Amino acid sequence: MERIPILRMGKLLLVTIQVDMHDRLAMTLQDDLTDRIVKDEAKGVLIDISALDLVDSFIGRMISNTAAMARVLDATTVVVGMQPAVAITLVELGLTLTGVKTALNVEKGVALLEKSMRR
Amino acid sequence: MSTNNDAAQLATLIQKFNEPILQGWFEQLKSKAMTFDSGAGDATRKHCAQFLSLLGAAAQRGQLENIEGREWDDVRQLLAEVSANRARQGATPSETAIFVFSLKQALFPFLRSELEKQPEQLASATWSITGLLEQLGLYTVQVFQESRDRIIARQQQELLELSTPVVKLWQNILALPLIGTLDSARTQVVMENLLQKIIETGAAIAIIDITGVPTVDTLVAQHLLKTIAAARLMGADCIISGIRPQIAQTIVHLGVNLEDVITKATLADAFLIALERTGAKITVDNKG
Amino acid sequence: MSGYATPAFAFTPNLLPIAGAVVQQSQTLPLHSDEHVVMLRKVVRERAIELQFGLVDQTKLVTAASEIARNTLKYGGGGEVRLQNLMIGLKAGICLTFVDDGPGIVDMERALTDGFTSGGGLGLGLGGARRLVDDFEICTAPGEGTAVILIKWKR
Repeated sequence: MERIPILRMGKLLLVTIQVDMHDRLAMTLQDDLTDRIVKDEAKGVLIDISALDLVDSFIGRMISNTAAMARVLDATTVVVGMQPAVAITLVELGLTLTGVKTALNVEKGVALLEKSMRR
Repeated sequence: MSTNNDAAQLATLIQKFNEPILQGWFEQLKSKAMTFDSGAGDATRKHCAQFLSLLGAAAQRGQLENIEGREWDDVRQLLAEVSANRARQGATPSETAIFVFSLKQALFPFLRSELEKQPEQLASATWSITGLLEQLGLYTVQVFQESRDRIIARQQQELLELSTPVVKLWQNILALPLIGTLDSARTQVVMENLLQKIIETGAAIAIIDITGVPTVDTLVAQHLLKTIAAARLMGADCIISGIRPQIAQTIVHLGVNLEDVITKATLADAFLIALERTGAKITVDNKG
Repeated sequence: MSGYATPAFAFTPNLLPIAGAVVQQSQTLPLHSDEHVVMLRKVVRERAIELQFGLVDQTKLVTAASEIARNTLKYGGGGEVRLQNLMIGLKAGICLTFVDDGPGIVDMERALTDGFTSGGGLGLGLGGARRLVDDFEICTAPGEGTAVILIKWKR
């Protein structure tokens, strides 16, 4: 079954979502990420959604849940690359993604993670 | 072929009676108060003369039915100029078409007198010439519309550019100085543009300055807030500056919630905060 | 084709402000799996692009469609969606009609309130989806299934 690859960079886990995910795939990703945070003792998770032209409530909740679970496991999550049209739509939907840090791109996201991991 | 005859008739007519036809035509236009230029009709007179002479030349080439033909290129060219000219001066399309149509009234008395002994020829020529002038009149309307559409498109573009000036103040800091009244549609366009610029420049902070905005209503305030929320989701932050006392009152009255938003009275103050946030600093060197 | 009980699928024009609209390119897609939802998103996006919707409007419509499609699948036990292009004069729009034979929605008020983060509402995303489109109609009765109609016009 298809899975979204999770890369490891030191204490960081990096996920790039490039496909239009169906719900099952999103749930699998959430499970995989949580497993890997524990297995790799990761302190930070970077989710790159710059290729997503759609984020609906299910995916939004998946991201929120992942961040919440990561926090419980002492890891910080940063979401990067949200497209303007997606951001505008999420605001209209009322999805605030509280508890999720965001950054404009991977570079800034990594900087943000490193800053929060240093504390 | 009868149209050839008619074309020849028209050519001869114009040649023989050029001056009186021009005079008659100009009188027609004046009576309809349609001369349009401040030089007491000089430009119009010139156009009439040019048109008539080009008309005669084209008619001599033999056909009156199809104005798209090569023989009519010069006539069409002149009409396009006249039409674009009038569009710029604010004339309506029908006024411009009447420039052509009123030539009929000037031509027909002469046509009648020349062909009164040949009723069939008269009928045929009248028919062809009417058809010709109708086509030419409609052509001016078409050109008029196209020229107006181009003017409108250009103005819209300029307006859009004027209203969406996103300025890069410093590394990572953008400013959007809004000027004039904001309506819902314009605000949406401007805000989407800001979000796009944030992505393009990778700016961490955007300062939205509303010093130049006289009033803000609920809808506009909501758009502003939504834009700020969207920018946050994308990973950038916004500061609103230039809130004048009246707008502050309106905002409170409308119950708009600005708790999560940093607001500053001046763009300068907002810039200082933005610099701080992005880790930059301004130092003043007292040597000079 | 459709054995669904809900009347909305018969598409009564007076249900919505579309009297006199010309209906074009009618197409029906099944909604019985996750893959069907993904397919729907793709098809709606393509239609919106074809009608030259702006990017933000495209995204809003596809997102709204995704929300309702998921409801149809998860709470309605699966169903169908009909896609149509509408033309009123020079105004073009896309109309999506979702139907299912499920249990229906009992508490409409709650269903329409937002409930993503607070847990209130039914988490159905109906209120959100409504804000993303121009015209929204819902037709439901306990035990009789649900029909939702979404329309977005090109600005």
